[in-house]
Amino acid sequence: MSTVLRDARGQLLVLAGLAALLATVPFWLEGSARTVMIRIIISAGVGVGWNVMGGFAGQFSFGHAAYFGIGAYSSAYLLVDHGISPWIGMAVGAVLAAAFGALTGWLSFRYRLRGAYFALATFAFAEMLRLVVQGQEWLNGTQGLQVPVLAESSWWMLQFSTTSPNYFLVGLGLLVVLQAITILLFHGRRGMFIVAVREDEEGAEASGVDATAHKVMAVAVSGAMTAVMGTFFVQVFFFIDPALAFGPAESVAILLPAVVGGTGTLWGPIVGAAILIPLGEWTSKIVRDPPPFLDFVAGRSGIDLMVFATLLILILLFLPKGVYGSLAERFRR
Amino acid sequence: MSLLEVTHLSKSFSGLRAVDDVDFQVEAGEIVGLIGPNGAGKTTLFNLVAGRIPVDTGRVVFDGEDITGWTPHAIARRGIGRTFQLMRPFASMTVRDNVTVAAASSSPRLETARELADAVLDRVALAGMADEFAGALPTAARKRLELARALALDPQLLLLDEVLSGLTPAEREPLLELLVEIADEGRALLLVEHVMAAVMRLSQRILVLHHGQLLAAGTPDEVTSDPDVIEAYLGEEEQLAGS
Repeated sequence: MSTVLRDARGQLLVLAGLAALLATVPFWLEGSARTVMIRIIISAGVGVGWNVMGGFAGQFSFGHAAYFGIGAYSSAYLLVDHGISPWIGMAVGAVLAAAFGALTGWLSFRYRLRGAYFALATFAFAEMLRLVVQGQEWLNGTQGLQVPVLAESSWWMLQFSTTSPNYFLVGLGLLVVLQAITILLFHGRRGMFIVAVREDEEGAEASGVDATAHKVMAVAVSGAMTAVMGTFFVQVFFFIDPALAFGPAESVAILLPAVVGGTGTLWGPIVGAAILIPLGEWTSKIVRDPPPFLDFVAGRSGIDLMVFATLLILILLFLPKGVYGSLAERFRR
Repeated sequence: MSLLEVTHLSKSFSGLRAVDDVDFQVEAGEIVGLIGPNGAGKTTLFNLVAGRIPVDTGRVVFDGEDITGWTPHAIARRGIGRTFQLMRPFASMTVRDNVTVAAASSSPRLETARELADAVLDRVALAGMADEFAGALPTAARKRLELARALALDPQLLLLDEVLSGLTPAEREPLLELLVEIADEGRALLLVEHVMAAVMRLSQRILVLHHGQLLAAGTPDEVTSDPDVIEAYLGEEEQLAGS
């Protein structure tokens, strides 16, 4: 259950406290565990971005890979072909994603696509980008782009040694910025209008709110936020290709944290990511390296996904408004 | 010049003339009742004035400005508030936030809007429920919330679609008093209403719509003694009896 919350300062304080706590993580966590933490950060970041459109604005997106991919490819292309800093690429990606979101969003709303049809349209736009990028030689087609490894660490080029805590800290910083934007937006006038339009479009218009403009605004902001994490992803993993960037799997991965945590709630996507990523890690580890009494599952790929999906279904069965959404509602009174 | 001037307004839905060449005016501070049998085109007329559906022909002039073809939100901000027969609250938002949305649509500062919303809630006797979720309100409170949201626009004209129906007589009375008070501030009220006793008592003028056309207009006494009006309503009763 979402509402337009009144106390922005309180939420920002919670965020600051959480950030301070998490900032210590790379100093006591190393290796693959730290990589898992970075993946949680990325998942939370894209989830926070998706939630602006899919949760608060109530426009379910099944194609957020479009924005993630735009962010990833913008910075990767500028870096690989022109040696331009990923920070600039990140800004370019965010602007392009916002423009793409505004255009496709406006077209979809203009032609009154709703519900499943709207979701399908977002899916189609992402697939369209995937196919277009596959065919572009200057983007290296289906091969994708590889970030060149530098001789030494550089904040400006957003590249560090593999043992450096900086990747985690940069990701955390970006997540904090995205979450702070969400908190401020939905404690303000514009965010309130966006939620009102979700709740009842006709009622909102009769209250003097331009429904289409606020829906388009939500899509653009959401797209830009997701694109930022796309750039960060490329810098962490050094590689991007069309399927990874624009594929349906990515779209699903982006919507899951908010759905599992609670759509339209401030903390849902972050809670969702903190559950999903470790859960996925754990299920695949069980199959890779099972305890003695589960010997028979060893090496059978697919079982981990079945277990993962079953657990997801169970979570949503018992907490239909997401883990954070349902619990927050239960403890409100 | 009248506050609202509607001239030659028409709207058809797949051949059916829902509103057919309707002319009328509403003066500032006036309470006008819009009555007519079911399907007479009352809600369509509201939707045309509020910009919810595009007009086929005719003009809507409000406060000296031609607002024909304007979007609903622009018309709302220009000074026409409306309530919906099937209420449209922002269910998961608090009562206060529901009203704040309307107040904030023409005020750049959210704090000012919240203050205005609280004042309006006080007026409609909803202040005690300000922190409740709108979706959890009982019908009578929802009706008042609809009115509060429209009032928060500080409108010169209110289009009220059945604000009294579904209420008990005890709930109706304070609302009637409030409507008179609102009109005394110089705001015009155009109300569609099925509760005949209330509409006759409240309105200075009555417009009767039948088959999309303006059948009669005048004081409550004039209208109720008009043979055409009696026939239109009797006709409806016969149909009802026959079905």
